[in-house]
Amino acid sequence: MTLTEKLLARAAGKARVQPGDNLWVKADVLMTHDVCGPGTIGVFHREFGKDAKVWDRNKVVIIPDHYIFTADSLSNRNVDILRQFVRQQGIPYFYDVIDDPDGSWKFDAAQGNLKRQYGAQYAGVCHTALPAKGHTRPGEVLLGTDSHTCMAGAFNQFATGIGNTDAGFVLGTGKLLLKVPETMRFRLEGRMQPGVMAKDLILHVIGEIGFDGATYRAMQFDGPGVASLSMDDRMTVANMAIEAGGKNAIFPFDARTAEYVDARTRLNGTKSSYEPVEADAGEQFVFEMVVDLDKLEPTVACHPDPGRRKKARELGGMKLDRAYVGSCTGGKTSDFVEFARVLRGRKVVIDTFGVPATPDIVRDLQGTFWSGRTIWQHLLDAGVQMTENAGCAACLGGPVDTFGRINKAGIKCISATNRNFPGRMGNKESEVYLASPATVAASALTGCVTDPRDLLSG
Amino acid sequence: MSASFTGKVFVVGDNIDTDQIIPAQFLNLVPTIAVEYERLGSHAMAGLPTGLYSVPFVKPSALDSEYGILVAGRNFGCGSSREHAPIALGSAGCRVVLAEGFARIFFRNCVSTGELYPCELLSRLCDSVSTGDEATVDLDAATLRLHHTDTVYSFKPLGEVRPVVDAGGLFNYARNSGMIAR
Repeated sequence: MTLTEKLLARAAGKARVQPGDNLWVKADVLMTHDVCGPGTIGVFHREFGKDAKVWDRNKVVIIPDHYIFTADSLSNRNVDILRQFVRQQGIPYFYDVIDDPDGSWKFDAAQGNLKRQYGAQYAGVCHTALPAKGHTRPGEVLLGTDSHTCMAGAFNQFATGIGNTDAGFVLGTGKLLLKVPETMRFRLEGRMQPGVMAKDLILHVIGEIGFDGATYRAMQFDGPGVASLSMDDRMTVANMAIEAGGKNAIFPFDARTAEYVDARTRLNGTKSSYEPVEADAGEQFVFEMVVDLDKLEPTVACHPDPGRRKKARELGGMKLDRAYVGSCTGGKTSDFVEFARVLRGRKVVIDTFGVPATPDIVRDLQGTFWSGRTIWQHLLDAGVQMTENAGCAACLGGPVDTFGRINKAGIKCISATNRNFPGRMGNKESEVYLASPATVAASALTGCVTDPRDLLSG
Repeated sequence: MSASFTGKVFVVGDNIDTDQIIPAQFLNLVPTIAVEYERLGSHAMAGLPTGLYSVPFVKPSALDSEYGILVAGRNFGCGSSREHAPIALGSAGCRVVLAEGFARIFFRNCVSTGELYPCELLSRLCDSVSTGDEATVDLDAATLRLHHTDTVYSFKPLGEVRPVVDAGGLFNYARNSGMIAR
């Protein structure tokens, strides 16, 4: 069996499964957020009763992150709905925006959107926060009301996005009927060259198979090249399985996985035991492809879908209006470090926005010094508009007052986020080009799509 | 549950993602709150670029759509897991989407909510029908008949998912069939 098949078999209590089997799978963690949580809670109460209790309060993780720093009153209310539910249920893992468990959340627009407006427990973007707060463990099943839940496949677990109704069902029963997907294998060899990032790897793969090329399928990334990828790299790759239509992505377990997970579960006091899955001999794949990491180049996915792959060099000269770094896939510390390495000592020539995924990442950037100045300061010096209000922000547009949102037609934005469908970052007549943080930085410096190697080597 | 629907067709192309079905700015609406469910319908398909789609799916200031049948190309409903997408279409009065292919989570959400019948076409239809055409969808026969040409197109029978949508979604189905307690 493949990694995904073994995981699902275990979670369903079966010795053997094959693609196409429908299984009742036990969830180890159910995650929800402010956009889908209130609807999920609504389904749960409607179907199980207003006094119903969730199946296991220690397995529900609630992370407000989408529409937080907005004056939109319905969005502020949605965070309050989560807080009331958490109180009623006694759920321990709730990463609230505010510190007062009896309070209500209201964004203060008068303070502007750059200075932090959250309390001590706020965790930022759910997919980045889940591993950092010790909620991803090898061998487990993670279900989340967000399509990018597949990011946790980096940790050798089965993780997939589900809707509110399915999530309401899981809240009440702890299980869900899932079909075992066929597995596509991407065998990684070699290692990436300087200036090339994990985002280039996944954009290359999506370009190869097409942006519905993995629909209903698992994407397994394995081979000797995996060892050279950091956990951040693996998260970037797994995050975008959904952009090829994938049900989940999965990486093998290795020493790096163990080191990360052990450190984060110990620090946060979350469950620390886990049982990784290993590949069997004789795995059956529906598709196999070898990716030579050495040969990858800075890659861009052109408007309007993540499968429109071009090399950054092929697009040289295409003028841009805006640059953006942030989101689950592109707003991690390592993403901002590469972004800053390219920008350091230079000035951007187009509007450039930076939104760290989590408050921990804000702290990393504000507490790490390069030649006496923090990375944060270097980014400000380069002309980047950096916000401390970590979250999903303009990656998905959001309410009109969202930081970095594209509110004008005709804007071309290069972005380290994960989607570029029409209107994804705001105005539906704008265009988004997906690229690595290094390529976004190089392009922000020239105002045109630019291969970062041209600047790093200079 | 009625096995056939007659109504006007709304036609879209390939890769219509959930942002085009319900733009992210309207995700502040909670589908289980009745008044917000209604409002979601008023914004259905509001993310389609106006340059490509001159006719809106829902007229300005209307709550519902005049189109009960949606015809699409490949990969309909790709992108986010937001259940708001099938709910917006259902709330607007759409009952059936016929596409060459569906993204996985959207398909599942159609069935779980019971809002829409997601029917997979056997051939490309979005180039041969036009928005505003009158048609009848027959779920038993798995056909769509275009009235003005009297042409009949087949789609894949819904199979196991049909009774779930008929029942009004996952919970009703599970109760009716004894999978969970009433």
